[in-house]
Amino acid sequence: MVHGEAWTLKEFFVYPNEYIYWTIQIVMYPFMTGLVAGAFVLSSLYHVFGVKQLKEIARFSLVFSFALLPVAMMPLMLHLQQPQRGFEVMMTPHFTSAIAAFGIVFSTYGMIVASELWFVYRRHFVTTAAGLGGKASRSKIEQAWFLLYSVLTLGARDLGEESLARDEKAVRVLAAVGIPVACFLHGYAGFIFGSVKANALWMTPLMPVIFICSAVVSGIALCILTYIATMEIRKLVLSWQRKHGRALETKEELKSAEIQVVRMTSRYLIMFLVLAITLELLDLIFRGYTAVKSWDILRSVIYGRDFVNIFILQYGLGNLVPFILFLIPGLSIRRAAAGCALVLLGVFMMRWNVVIGGQAFSSSFAGFMHYQLPIWPDSFETFKEGLFGALMVGITPFVLFWLVTWVLPVFGRNDSR
Amino acid sequence: MITRRRFCKNALLVAGGIAMPLAALEWFDPKRLHAERKDAAPVRWGFLVDTYKCVGCGMCVKACKIENETPYDADVSRTWVERYIVTKDGRTHIDSPKAARDGFIDKRVDLGEGRMETIRDEDIEKAFFVPKLCNQCDNPPCVQVCPVGATYQAADGVVLVDRSWCIGCGYCIMGCPYGVRFFHPVYHVAEKCNFCYHRISKGMKTACVDACPFGARLVGNLRNPDDPVTKVIMSERVAVLKEEYGTKPQVFYRGLSREVR
Amino acid sequence: MNNHVWRPLNVALCIIALILIVRVVAVPRDFGIHDRGYMYGWYRLGNEKEWKNIRVKYKTNEYCKECHREKYTELLSSPHGRIMCEDCHGPALGHPEDPPTLTINRERKLCLRCHSRLPYKSSIRGNIRGIDPDTHNPGAECVLCHYPHNPLKEAQHDHAAKVL
Repeated sequence: MVHGEAWTLKEFFVYPNEYIYWTIQIVMYPFMTGLVAGAFVLSSLYHVFGVKQLKEIARFSLVFSFALLPVAMMPLMLHLQQPQRGFEVMMTPHFTSAIAAFGIVFSTYGMIVASELWFVYRRHFVTTAAGLGGKASRSKIEQAWFLLYSVLTLGARDLGEESLARDEKAVRVLAAVGIPVACFLHGYAGFIFGSVKANALWMTPLMPVIFICSAVVSGIALCILTYIATMEIRKLVLSWQRKHGRALETKEELKSAEIQVVRMTSRYLIMFLVLAITLELLDLIFRGYTAVKSWDILRSVIYGRDFVNIFILQYGLGNLVPFILFLIPGLSIRRAAAGCALVLLGVFMMRWNVVIGGQAFSSSFAGFMHYQLPIWPDSFETFKEGLFGALMVGITPFVLFWLVTWVLPVFGRNDSR
Repeated sequence: MITRRRFCKNALLVAGGIAMPLAALEWFDPKRLHAERKDAAPVRWGFLVDTYKCVGCGMCVKACKIENETPYDADVSRTWVERYIVTKDGRTHIDSPKAARDGFIDKRVDLGEGRMETIRDEDIEKAFFVPKLCNQCDNPPCVQVCPVGATYQAADGVVLVDRSWCIGCGYCIMGCPYGVRFFHPVYHVAEKCNFCYHRISKGMKTACVDACPFGARLVGNLRNPDDPVTKVIMSERVAVLKEEYGTKPQVFYRGLSREVR
Repeated sequence: MNNHVWRPLNVALCIIALILIVRVVAVPRDFGIHDRGYMYGWYRLGNEKEWKNIRVKYKTNEYCKECHREKYTELLSSPHGRIMCEDCHGPALGHPEDPPTLTINRERKLCLRCHSRLPYKSSIRGNIRGIDPDTHNPGAECVLCHYPHNPLKEAQHDHAAKVL
């Protein structure tokens, strides 16, 4: 069977070789890189611009952004027909292609995030390693932890006042450098689509900017959501501890801190949301007004076939409803969580409508293609380019985050800054 | 005093320092970038399609699939033939069932997913066939977007795919406005018409040109002013497909109509 | 360089150096910028030869006439003169050694590719002598009555008479 045949339905005249070649994984790819970039920008707001209210969430979103990093690459590897050759993008990069930059931008960004984390956590590494090293006898597990932390210190064990000040400065510089790189990482994902002149829906210079804005929106939304979730878990743990008379903080303290952070962060969310919607609508209006050759078929896709996906799910449920939810005074945790979940849905649908919507019509402008998401996998191909492959990509960052927090604890630490 | 750590560090620095410029400079050697020769190649392959002569028998598609080992029953093809039927009400009906591998035997138009539309003979205003194949563009957008250099344009203008280097990202398929590219069902890499490179480089014609009983297809060297293809292109009224994309296609058509997509 | 701030940078530089060293090993020697410049000519030169070495399957009438000159001249002078032998007889690769006999396509569908009548006046398909496949002896092979090498003659099969 031809690649793409399993999930493509053709109607009217579609060129014989046309199928929906870019599927759910290519929807997941900008969605996941968007989350990475957004989470990083959020943490930088604190580190660079000193937005004090974001202190609590800054460390959290930095670690989360790190956990998301490998996941931004995962959908690409699942999408490639020859994933074992993926490293060629570093070997023989062809920089006239937007994808060629991926290897370099992605690894640069990864190194920046990793370095920033190293500076933030160096004190933790050193004290833990020293603590374990001081022990007279270590169990095998302790020995493994000791080795890990010793390697992680990279031999820099000086915790003097001056060294820590240097750490802090390095974090600031890296966060500042990281913002443009994060924007570039995601903006270029938009460029991958925006520069395809063969695709009438994709080709617009606004695409990278739209992608960056919605990336920041989705990244902030996911951070708030995950933050709320972890705080709720902590509250549960706390009340359990209180029952056994061992609690350190009160539940109310936690709660007031939580709502403070959520309210502050959601203000930034709204700002970027407005920007994203403005640009998307500008693009739509411009297309309708200029009405070039491709407009006839685009109109029938946008206002006809994809109407529910675009206007109900993306703009309605994903943008308008959370907008109202956030703007009604007296934002509660529950409302913020609902709003963030809807924003995530909206951004996901935006990616869907760009990637799948861009292939919903033939480049003959005389036919349509309909994408049927493979649900139950009957081959490896329908697994990786189907619902379960996408779910796997969606779940991995949380598993990774959980694993990373074993090494880099996010909560209950007051030491470094 | 040289500590072990300092020794290791310096050794790595030196090794990396030597390897880096060697490898990095190879990417952008300004001399080689500049060496892009202009119009020096003695051969530039081009193609001429005469839509007046095409009857939609599909022998070209059949021959192409066999010659180039595209799985015969797979619904992809390096070349195909489109049928255009314009009815009196001004509507255009287009189809290319199975890429026209078996020609056009049925009067009914294929609407996809097994649906057929019957058109009455008396409603037909005009009808014709248009063969399609890779345009071997002078500015191939598919080559521009390949992230690893797995597809390229040879000196004679033919765009080829390196099957051992293609990572299968599909960007070139997306980048082609003509829809000529697809994933090969066996090799799982990008696949396209290459003017039967193994034939034209031996002085033969492409399989589709040889298989066409009506002379609707011709391949030739555009650098040779005496080549029949070049003569027609220079002296007659010919058109190319989708000029607005700036791809500079090198497959020329006689008798192209505005309905052709 | 005792400042610990540069430690992560050193790690990064080591990684970059490693990638560049792997590159020297993993990239084929003939990979580089060729005639069409970096934009269109960034590739492994050896691949051109690989494509040139693909086996030719359709050997064209020039090859067939070396042994079958009689048939070749007969066909050439008929209205079917422009049809390549291999269109009906199949690609001649390996013939006559392997396979010794070609699989000839006698299917009705093969003839219908041109001779199923389509009323397209603006295309020469409309001028080709055609039939309606549903009413003109449906199911019968055309070669029972018609002689493909020269359609002006009748079929030279005696059993054609039996069928009709």
